[in-house]
Amino acid sequence: MNDLYVTCEDIISDIDFKTVRDWKDRTGGKAVGYFPVYAPAEIIHAAGMLPVGLAGAGDRLDIQHADARFGSFICSIVKTTLELGMTDHLAAFDALLFTSICDSARNLCYVMQRNFPEKYVDFLHLPHNPSSPAAAEFLASEYRRLSARLEELGGEPYDEVAVLHAIESFNENRALTRSLCDWRAERPHLMKASELYALVRAGNYLPVEQHTEMLVAAGAEFEGRAAKARDSIRVVVEGAFCEQPPIDVVRIIEQAGCYVVDDDLTIGRRWFTEDISTDGDPMMALAQAYLDKSVYSSVRHDFRKPRSQGLVEKVRNRKADAVIMLVAKFCEPAYFDYVLFKQELEKEGIPHLLIEFEEKLFTFENLRMEVETFAESLLFA
Amino acid sequence: MVDWYQKLAESAETGTPPAASMMVSGACVELTQAFDVLPLYPEVNALQLAIRRQSLEPILAAEEFGYASDNCAYVKADIGAYFKGITPTGSPLPKPALVLCNFVGCNTYVKWFEHVSVIMEAPLYVLDVPFLRAGEPSADAIAYVVRQLKELVVKLEEITGKQLDMDKLREAVWCSSQVEEYWSKIKHLARRSPSPFDAYFDAITLMGPLYVHRATREGVAFFKQALEELELKAELDREAGVRERFRLVFEGPPPYPHFRAFRDMFAKWNACAVASTYSTVGGLWEFGARHDPDNPFESIALHMIEHNVTNRNMQQRNEQIKRYVEEWDADGVIIHFVKSCRLFSAGQGDMREYFSRTLGVPTLYVESDLADPRYFSTAQLQTRVDAYFEALEMHKSARTSAHVG
Repeated sequence: MNDLYVTCEDIISDIDFKTVRDWKDRTGGKAVGYFPVYAPAEIIHAAGMLPVGLAGAGDRLDIQHADARFGSFICSIVKTTLELGMTDHLAAFDALLFTSICDSARNLCYVMQRNFPEKYVDFLHLPHNPSSPAAAEFLASEYRRLSARLEELGGEPYDEVAVLHAIESFNENRALTRSLCDWRAERPHLMKASELYALVRAGNYLPVEQHTEMLVAAGAEFEGRAAKARDSIRVVVEGAFCEQPPIDVVRIIEQAGCYVVDDDLTIGRRWFTEDISTDGDPMMALAQAYLDKSVYSSVRHDFRKPRSQGLVEKVRNRKADAVIMLVAKFCEPAYFDYVLFKQELEKEGIPHLLIEFEEKLFTFENLRMEVETFAESLLFA
Repeated sequence: MVDWYQKLAESAETGTPPAASMMVSGACVELTQAFDVLPLYPEVNALQLAIRRQSLEPILAAEEFGYASDNCAYVKADIGAYFKGITPTGSPLPKPALVLCNFVGCNTYVKWFEHVSVIMEAPLYVLDVPFLRAGEPSADAIAYVVRQLKELVVKLEEITGKQLDMDKLREAVWCSSQVEEYWSKIKHLARRSPSPFDAYFDAITLMGPLYVHRATREGVAFFKQALEELELKAELDREAGVRERFRLVFEGPPPYPHFRAFRDMFAKWNACAVASTYSTVGGLWEFGARHDPDNPFESIALHMIEHNVTNRNMQQRNEQIKRYVEEWDADGVIIHFVKSCRLFSAGQGDMREYFSRTLGVPTLYVESDLADPRYFSTAQLQTRVDAYFEALEMHKSARTSAHVG
């Protein structure tokens, strides 16, 4: 494996956040961790701080304290994120940000606030009614509130030009990510899903400019690859938008006979379907983009267009043969969406397979067998 | 409640009056009342099925349809009952003319109402209510909700063919303010010792009328009478020398399929709930908030954002319970974790930590479910409850000795 992907895998599995600590040492700036799935990183960047996308602790941390705080039936990422805090792994973060994705994450925000009073811990309410003309104004007010709080924390005062520049930087990063995803969908035999996943997710822990350079380098390296396609079905992987599966799960899906042609792993890094406008009030542009240019997601509600329709379109656009629903245990948004997705996929005649995972999944044989059987049933149907 | 189910049955049969599905917590029932639209509460149906021990069959039907065993059992009971044609009273329920998702804190509701809308092919409107972060909502949050309420008025005008009658809206808001006043006084009766009623198990029986009839004259008369009867009971209890052994605060919804068994575990120890967070799901009024007929839209918005437990954050819920412990003079806190409801349950272990370790309040944490009968272990729960009371008794006598000493 190329050094770049080894580096990326090291970065995404590092629960000591070395890249974040190095950045702080280098710049003297502050770091803001945000819980999945999406946060307006541009505002944090424009305040001179490092936005860091948190993703739990994977299989790198034994839970000693957080089980007692969150009890049974709560997803793993909520517990491992609290455990990171309780074991001092989040010391590098001056602020933690949560959004309205689900009840467990929302409550985690206030458990963190109680347990870590020295940090700025806040909750952004991302609207569930984008059809209301009032939603954009409200969301822009949320963003202005965040900006003011970051300034109080020692960030740069609000500067419209700085936010516009940040939007440009993130637009560039997201456009490159989108184009790599398109490239992968065209030539999945040349780009492993696990490579693209590690490459994209590494951006959660790096300054956006540095990550953009990595994406450019990766794009050039991919272009030079050559290999023969093998017999595999083309699948869309859907459902792991928040808690992340072990990277081996992604590898096994491929090894078991699937080309992953699209997915929603770490979807926050490619949240927008097109560039955010850099004209006018940037806070309003960010708000309007969230309402009108976001990808569909199980944690974003927009009743102008059903999410199940979004999934079917994704399958058709990517010329996928099937969908693998990869759902984190106890993830209620994914459980609920599975019901409507399943109905729609069956109506459209699209085969699907449900797989449940946990961050700490460590035996993969059953998973491999399930996916192999599923792939074979389609290949040799 | 029988009257309400009767009206729903009439609506199902004749289409009049139209019904709107709503979430109990933070319901803008004053607005639907102003249009004579019947409130239809899926969670009331789900809990009615559960308390009547009818929830398992629809839950299993919903799981067969694709819902996970770890999805909210209220949702599964409601949707499964629709598939199976089961209703709590046996009489029909109407197809909602509007699925009004007054999203208040509970993310599950957004999904639930979306599913109801898809499955029943009924129109959906999501009234998005910003979560309460600071002590008071921001002007932006209030303006956002008021603007959506006015968008909702247009929807209700379309459904009913009527224009909004502001006098009728003010009347409904006034009725709510009166009911809130009586309900608040009832809650404050529990500050007396002995408390004339159980503010968890008894309060639950008053919560149905609170949601269904709050914005009506019938509701006002009902709660006035309830207050008078409980005041009389308080007096009679005092004269008869009734004693309660333990005063408790309850957090979390009850296990409806095993409601009686759960209640008996506490009754056995002559323990009385003097306050509960669950009874503030419909509205948190015992600290002074009221609807205001002079500002109907703003006060409905404030009710939705600020004055119900589900839209308040966990630190605020901790503070609410702390006030109950102090001002209602409670001996301990019971936290009932229900697997269905992550809104209540996620992080309740940290709440236990706060009350038991930080504040030194004896706290019991038990787990079961609010609608799924399969998650209730009588013997295990009884053992934990008994052990808690034994420790609480020692704690109380140690405290009394220290106080006397």
